[in-house]
Amino acid sequence: MSVLVYVEHAAGVVDEPSLQALTLARGLAGGDALQAVCVRVGATQSPADALAGHGVETLHAAAGEAFAAHAPCAIAEAIVELSRRLSASAVVGPGTERGNEVLAHVAGLLDLPLAANCVAAASSDGGTNVTRVRWGGSLLEVARVHAPTALLTVQPHAVPIETTSSGAPAVETFTPTLSDAALALRVAERLGAATGGISLADAKVVVSGGRGAGSAEGFAIVEELAGLLGAAVGCSRAVTMAGWRPHTDQVGQTGTKIAPDLYIACGISGATQHMAGCKGAKRILAVNSDREAPILASADYAVIGDMHEIVPALSVAIRAARSS
Amino acid sequence: MSTNAPAAARAVVIGCGIVGSSVAYHLTRLGWADVVLLDKGPLPNPGGSTGHASNFIFLVDHSKEMTQLTLESVRQYREMDVFTECGGIEVARTEERMEELRRRMASAKSWGIEPVSLLTPAEIKELVPFVDESILLGGFHTPGVGVVDSLRAGTIMRERAVDAGALQVLPNTEVQGMGVERGRIRTVETSRGTIEAETVVVACGVWSPLIARMAGAHIPLTPMVHQMIDVGPVPRFERSPRAIEFPIVRDMDVFMYERQDGTSLEIGSYAHRSIVHDPEEIPSIEQAALSPTEFPFTQADFDPQMVDALDLMPEIVGDESVGVKYAINGLISLTPDGMPILGETPEVRGLWSAAAVWVKEGPGVGKSIAEWMVHGESHIDLHSSDVARFHDHQKTRAHVKARTTEAFPKTYGIIHPAEQWSSDRGLRYSPMRERERELGAVFYEVAGWERPHWYEANAPLVERYGVKPRKAEWDARWWSPIINAEHLAMREHAGLFDLSAFAIFDVQGPGALDALQRSVLAQMDVAVGRVVYTPVLAPGGGFRSDLTIMRLGDDEFRIVTGGAHGMADRKLFSDQLPDDGSATLVDVTTAWTTIGLWGPRARDILSTVTSDDVSHAGFPFGTCRVIEIGSQLVLASRISYVGDLGWELYVPIEQGARLWDVVWEAGQPHGLTACGIGVYGTTGRLEKSYRAFAAELESEYTVVEAGMTRPTVKEQDFVGREAHLRHREEEPAAILCTLTVDDHTSRSGVERFPLGREPITLRDGTPLTDAKGRRSYVTSAGAGPSLGRYILMAYLPPEQAVEGSTELAVEYMDERYPVTVDVVGSAPIFDPENTRIRS
Amino acid sequence: MRILVAVKRVPMTGGRIVLTEDEQAIETRHLGFTISPHEECGVEEAVRLIEANGGESVVLTLGPGEAEEQLRDAMAIGIDRAVHLVTDGEEWDPQATAGAILEVIREDEAANGRFDLLLFGNESADTGGYQVGIRIAHALGRPIATGLKAVTVDDGTVRCEQEVAGGRDVYVLPLPAVVTVKEGLNLPRYPSVPGRLRAQRKPLESRSPVRPEPRLERLRLVVPEGEGKQAEILGEGAAAAPRVVEVLQQIGVV
Repeated sequence: MSVLVYVEHAAGVVDEPSLQALTLARGLAGGDALQAVCVRVGATQSPADALAGHGVETLHAAAGEAFAAHAPCAIAEAIVELSRRLSASAVVGPGTERGNEVLAHVAGLLDLPLAANCVAAASSDGGTNVTRVRWGGSLLEVARVHAPTALLTVQPHAVPIETTSSGAPAVETFTPTLSDAALALRVAERLGAATGGISLADAKVVVSGGRGAGSAEGFAIVEELAGLLGAAVGCSRAVTMAGWRPHTDQVGQTGTKIAPDLYIACGISGATQHMAGCKGAKRILAVNSDREAPILASADYAVIGDMHEIVPALSVAIRAARSS
Repeated sequence: MSTNAPAAARAVVIGCGIVGSSVAYHLTRLGWADVVLLDKGPLPNPGGSTGHASNFIFLVDHSKEMTQLTLESVRQYREMDVFTECGGIEVARTEERMEELRRRMASAKSWGIEPVSLLTPAEIKELVPFVDESILLGGFHTPGVGVVDSLRAGTIMRERAVDAGALQVLPNTEVQGMGVERGRIRTVETSRGTIEAETVVVACGVWSPLIARMAGAHIPLTPMVHQMIDVGPVPRFERSPRAIEFPIVRDMDVFMYERQDGTSLEIGSYAHRSIVHDPEEIPSIEQAALSPTEFPFTQADFDPQMVDALDLMPEIVGDESVGVKYAINGLISLTPDGMPILGETPEVRGLWSAAAVWVKEGPGVGKSIAEWMVHGESHIDLHSSDVARFHDHQKTRAHVKARTTEAFPKTYGIIHPAEQWSSDRGLRYSPMRERERELGAVFYEVAGWERPHWYEANAPLVERYGVKPRKAEWDARWWSPIINAEHLAMREHAGLFDLSAFAIFDVQGPGALDALQRSVLAQMDVAVGRVVYTPVLAPGGGFRSDLTIMRLGDDEFRIVTGGAHGMADRKLFSDQLPDDGSATLVDVTTAWTTIGLWGPRARDILSTVTSDDVSHAGFPFGTCRVIEIGSQLVLASRISYVGDLGWELYVPIEQGARLWDVVWEAGQPHGLTACGIGVYGTTGRLEKSYRAFAAELESEYTVVEAGMTRPTVKEQDFVGREAHLRHREEEPAAILCTLTVDDHTSRSGVERFPLGREPITLRDGTPLTDAKGRRSYVTSAGAGPSLGRYILMAYLPPEQAVEGSTELAVEYMDERYPVTVDVVGSAPIFDPENTRIRS
Repeated sequence: MRILVAVKRVPMTGGRIVLTEDEQAIETRHLGFTISPHEECGVEEAVRLIEANGGESVVLTLGPGEAEEQLRDAMAIGIDRAVHLVTDGEEWDPQATAGAILEVIREDEAANGRFDLLLFGNESADTGGYQVGIRIAHALGRPIATGLKAVTVDDGTVRCEQEVAGGRDVYVLPLPAVVTVKEGLNLPRYPSVPGRLRAQRKPLESRSPVRPEPRLERLRLVVPEGEGKQAEILGEGAAAAPRVVEVLQQIGVV
């Protein structure tokens, strides 16, 4: 028996959610072996070295042209083939968009339950008990997976990565047998991101406006402040639904999830939908007329009052601070 | 929390909506220098009903009190520059509604609202080009209608008071409890600390019942859903030169309104089922998806209304490009009788209510409450809104729910002045109920009591006395010719009345006389056994009540007053009780029942059942004493409200049926007829020009104007004495007169009968306005069967108050009927010498 | 063309989630309900595609009786008819949900012909299972692309744009296909009043499938403990600006 973890990597660099998945999976494996699976295209760097210290016994690298472009169903078929071979008691993946997609394909192929975005898991009595997130993290569900092979993904940034003294795993490359359908389902083209501005997801500072901005025009002061701070402009769902800002600016459960050093939320009450998108921020400064607004329970700093007075005053003060 | 509450305040006002902000502001304007205003929510929108109010104000209401509060509010909104006048049209799809709009014309004239006019469908179309006028019969146009920014108004008022250094505002401050000692408010416990408060005002809208309950007081209102949707963008509105270009339309027959709001059309409805909530159900700010008082929209309830809106405004509502952008179930406050809840609570001294107030009345209520708190009375008579008016059963959740559920669909309804409630009836039965049912009593309700208004068993009397029916359905609604027939039977023989609904209070103890002296105008230091009729005055010398008091002993008095205002009256007297406990007031309403026996044969009847002396000399008018009637000791009081010889007979309530039977039996050979309240309250009273509280007697009229001046004023001090003495020195600005209608025939040839509150005008329709700016209107209207005339009472300016004058008319349903001024002052029109009563 | 769009009724949560006493569900007494956001865009996309290409759109949900509201909402903006798999309010796990939907698809296709496109939300706002669409694609043997921000139908194929870090991945799938979409795909329209009224009269078929034993079984729900943060109030109104700048300087943003 073993626990198999799907690892995402780019040229040998393993992303954090995959390492977090490994940490959770190691706990789930108990005494069983921890195996990892990844795809490897041509001569690209294997992530084996990056897996040192994560308790992985063997890294199974699925190779083949099929993986030259992202092919979620093909990866799933490779995982299925491997998990059968290894008699895996669980298959675990990162709860990223792609990780969830791949594991859902695995679930579809095996017709087994999938628990997405778990923050804890333990096997018990022939099943697996998990705690998983709902509502983008505003709610937790304790659930039981009734299956011989538990399929799980791990909520990103919810499980702290723990390392062991283990070395780099052995690498075994295999070439899975893939169906035509799986081979056909692959990325045909990659479009670059729209240029200009700072991407919300990567910005170090994000300044957002909410319903309190009052109108599309109300964002002028938000943009001015963001410009001064070299920040990306964000907004709440209420704002995009009102058509004041494009959806690409939306921070939230159904928008972009951000992780800046500083998040300045102006006129945003802090509905669960929004907080699910900004909880990754290191620090939150709320500008709100309501001292009891939910966002204040998650904020580090707050200024109480009308954002239409405070935000321009901040811009003035920042300019003054710089010129002195 | 960064700001702590102050340790003490003259007044703590709870609730930063339009009402609380207004109350706080006006308190500071009237000189209170340390007022605290707090709210659990943030500013400027703390999350109550002000925040989602539709904010438009129509001016004309049939209630004078509501109209005055509205007009005062508009004055203040205009002064704060937050009022946008756009006009408003109430449109009619039915003939019945057109009649109601004609009634509105009358109310507008009575309350001095000009200009107003009736519009044809084509004229409506001209003002509101996007209506389908083909489904309309007409409209009632009030150009002075407008929309306010109520949140901004609240902010302005708070800022002004704060700038004056008299107000501290504490948002995000939750009230957690209230301290009451010996029936008086002492402290308000908040999340920012405890405030010692001389007075506390609950202006918490839909939360008010919960806050009041913390102190043990009742504010009987319920949150009710009012649905609103917002559709847009409307292409026509995108071309509007200003935010509100078109008048607001109230589509009265389908209980809806439509108004332009920028590029959107707001559609509101009172047509859906009554959706009542409990105050406890309102979510906290953080739990609520929108604001706590904006509940999720229930689409199914609104579906039928969309069809109605589509019919009226197909151009906009039928436009496929115009989307439903916003839809809520907004919470509003409703009360069992539809009126606000204002004033000091009867349960806790110093605890005031300013609740169940809508945006259109907010600033007016704020000013009135502040005046009441500071000066002891408001310049607007608020008796219909007095928090002290509620009887115990009216404070219950079940009653509030039943009545508000019944009332909600009538928000835009056509409500007859005498309309009866159908819900939650049958709560208080008189001991004579079985006898009354046998006589076919038609029961009307007052204060929970079921009172016979007339008896169907008396139907044969209609023919006997030749009483004519009324042909106009509206005039005949909630009326019967039997009332007039009963009246004539009483005048001919005698009538027996069930007066169980009287509210009765015993005031006893060594301090009783002083307490009553302080309370009322009349001299109460009278001989034991005297019955005194007296007004109760407000500090400004106007009327707060009128009632009778019996002196039963040196230190023992019995107050008898009408059921409708009984609870407010109880508070008037309770407030004057000494702190030392030397006088007590006990409500004995349900210990005693009262039967009235009046008519020329009353003495004949009474003397057959009692051996006591009931002769004129042996039992003079205006006295009371205990007599024996069979096995019963009966307190008999020789007074009359119907203008005939007779007595009120008081017995313990469980003996009422027996007393009724004994008198009834004895009366049969004398032609005794059971008579309903239709005779007692209207025909009998009006023939005698007796004034009624809430009709003729209101705080804005003086004793002198009401023609009730007595030769002397007692030495002892009493509430309103100083003002009353002043009024006696002044020329009255108006004089209460009794008028009769000369010709009832309408243009269409149907006889019409005004029901009250209609304007009295010159024959050409010019309204009469007195020196104090008050319009002349009908305070009471009703038949005078013994006179063969229809009687109206009205205050007239002195130049019009001329007996025999035929220069005037009463305006009813947009037509005028000539009237004659019969009596100026208080002399009765029937039996002016009072020989019937005093013989 | 024929399109089926599956939607889920979810509550509109406020600032704080409150659970029922048995910890089995969210307390929704004060909450309104809506179509889960991704699926709202799915509905809008289905309407646009049918407006552009002609054909028939069907909306489907599995949910309690009240979920008819969401089906009518979808029809109000232009979906032609609805299928309601009525539950007793108990949640169905993703496998069971997919199974019930699959049955409807098979029967509907047998009667009315193939759906060219099956539209799902990428994940529901509430349970966030990320799998119903993919399960259905596997069961039907149809290609699927997920997490889409753009869908273009052209000549028997559907071009799908999926947002990824640094850009968009494009999949081109032959029809019939399954797609799962995300909010931002389009800006859903508001229903017009005539649309609302038409929606009342559009056909709605109700079925009451039997819920199988869950294989992903919910035991209970837990509201995560807050971080117990107490925001430091830097001041009120514009006057707070200098203090804010101090803090920004401390943390190195200014």
